[in-house]
Amino acid sequence: MPPILDVSNLGINFSGLQALDDFNIQVSRREIVGLIGPNGAGKTTVFNLLTNVYSPTMGGVKLKGRNTLGKATHKVTQYGIARTFQNIRLFKSLSVMDNVKIALHNNMSYTLLEACLRLPSYWKQEAFATKTCMELLSVFDMEGMADSPAGSLPYGAQRRLEIVRALATNPKVLLLDEPAAGMNPSETADLMRTIHDVRDKFDVAIILIEHDMSLVMGICERILVLSYGLIIAQGTPEEIRNNPLVIEAYLGQQGSE
Amino acid sequence: MAGLLKKTPFRYALNAVTAGGLYVIIMALINDNVLNRYQALMLIPIGFNIILAVSLNLSAGFLGQLPLGHAGFMSIGGYSAALLSMSLSMPANVELPLAIVFGGLVAAAFGILIGLPALRLRGDYLAILTLGFGEIIRVVILNLEFTGGANCLRGIGKQTTVTWVYIFVLITLFVITTLIKSRHGRAVLAIREDEIAAEASGIPTTYYKVMAFSVSAGFAGVAGGLYAHYLSILDPSTFGFMRSAEILVIVVLGGLGSIFGSVISATVLTILPELLRDFNDYRMVIYSLMLVMVMIFKPSGLCGRYEFSLGDTLDGFFTSIRRQLGKGGPTDAADS
Repeated sequence: MPPILDVSNLGINFSGLQALDDFNIQVSRREIVGLIGPNGAGKTTVFNLLTNVYSPTMGGVKLKGRNTLGKATHKVTQYGIARTFQNIRLFKSLSVMDNVKIALHNNMSYTLLEACLRLPSYWKQEAFATKTCMELLSVFDMEGMADSPAGSLPYGAQRRLEIVRALATNPKVLLLDEPAAGMNPSETADLMRTIHDVRDKFDVAIILIEHDMSLVMGICERILVLSYGLIIAQGTPEEIRNNPLVIEAYLGQQGSE
Repeated sequence: MAGLLKKTPFRYALNAVTAGGLYVIIMALINDNVLNRYQALMLIPIGFNIILAVSLNLSAGFLGQLPLGHAGFMSIGGYSAALLSMSLSMPANVELPLAIVFGGLVAAAFGILIGLPALRLRGDYLAILTLGFGEIIRVVILNLEFTGGANCLRGIGKQTTVTWVYIFVLITLFVITTLIKSRHGRAVLAIREDEIAAEASGIPTTYYKVMAFSVSAGFAGVAGGLYAHYLSILDPSTFGFMRSAEILVIVVLGGLGSIFGSVISATVLTILPELLRDFNDYRMVIYSLMLVMVMIFKPSGLCGRYEFSLGDTLDGFFTSIRRQLGKGGPTDAADS
């Protein structure tokens, strides 16, 4: 089966600094891939390049055989790459429902004129969007919070809402940027189950950046290790755990203390 | 009753009846000379200030950008409308709406033209750029032949009536409220909240920024058209930076992101200077002090982001009455 996401040779140069070089990855349908590495290794840069927040200086990205490189971020999202952010970026003063509905923007098609005249297409599509929202929220046990402002939710719920919002765009590949950051071990365990559920229910491939090794080792089928913009190792959690290069990147060379 | 108040068609009917009722009351006040001629004429500036404030609120409060060239769009609309109506010779009640819609469309087109480059910037940069555009428009009008230049554009039909102003205020309020509560409006709000997240959620942010800016400019043009046919003379110097600042003051005082606040604030700030005429020399001092006070004690503006809804208010009112009546009575327990 061909990979759903095919990234070849991706790289970016920030005026002399090679932040990422020769990054290759093939992700198949329903796969969970972990992206780890020390701080500043270029993990978030990979996400920013995949969603075209930065324009890569080289390489190619293909989603289901379709080239997404050089397309505007909102187009990339429409094609099927959705993401969450390391430091939560919700529409804080809007309700939870509106946060999700914003991501459903492209599921609706009524025009500005139809909206202002409140034609039947408006009512029909809005009602459908509300229903879809509630269904999505209920998967994450959040339907009771639909009317609260997103900024007032507890931290864990905000993280989940970001995932819900990303899923609302109907992605094929979901990029999670440190989803467990700031969570305690029991919340992390919950999150692990949630990520599994998401993969099964929504049929998406997931790439996740994470520093919490219990999560990465417990959930990822394959792990890539980045250091100074280069992939230094990839393989199953077991292989990565015992790879001397990885240990060196994280802990330094033996004897250097 | 409470169930009925939650139904959307009923709410629309309720709002329509209220708007009609308010119109009847205003006209009765004028016809029975409760309001004198001068006071009746004051209703017109209140009207176009409401349109200006509500439209600026779309780009300043809902889109979260800070344009300082609203008077520029107002003047484009005003001159376009005036030039069209002067070249036509139709009955006033056909000519006026035609001219005003035309003025609005021209202003909206300029909104797109200026919005496309301007909205690449944000914050103070955008403010300065739009301020510059506003001044350019004024200077261009001042130097053009067909706009009358510094001699002012004279002989515009005095066709603006309270009725027409009322109609255009209602249209503005209706369009902007319905726009905000649609997928397009949510896109605009998303940009205000977090542009990067909006883009990552599939919102074409540039398109929606320009759209909101252009709709905002369009309604400023409508207000300009009403203004032109109210004064019957257009003087380019009245559309300077001070005018833009005045509109911004109305919006900020009412609350960025509250249409209701803009309406209240536009009304108060139009009437206030007139009421203070008795204090003559201290008039502007009192006016300015008031603004300072509001900004100190309620920096989010009079209404913050509160939106008034007749249906919700009545609903809350009846619910509280029922709760009062139901105290001690077991029959109401199931209802509440």
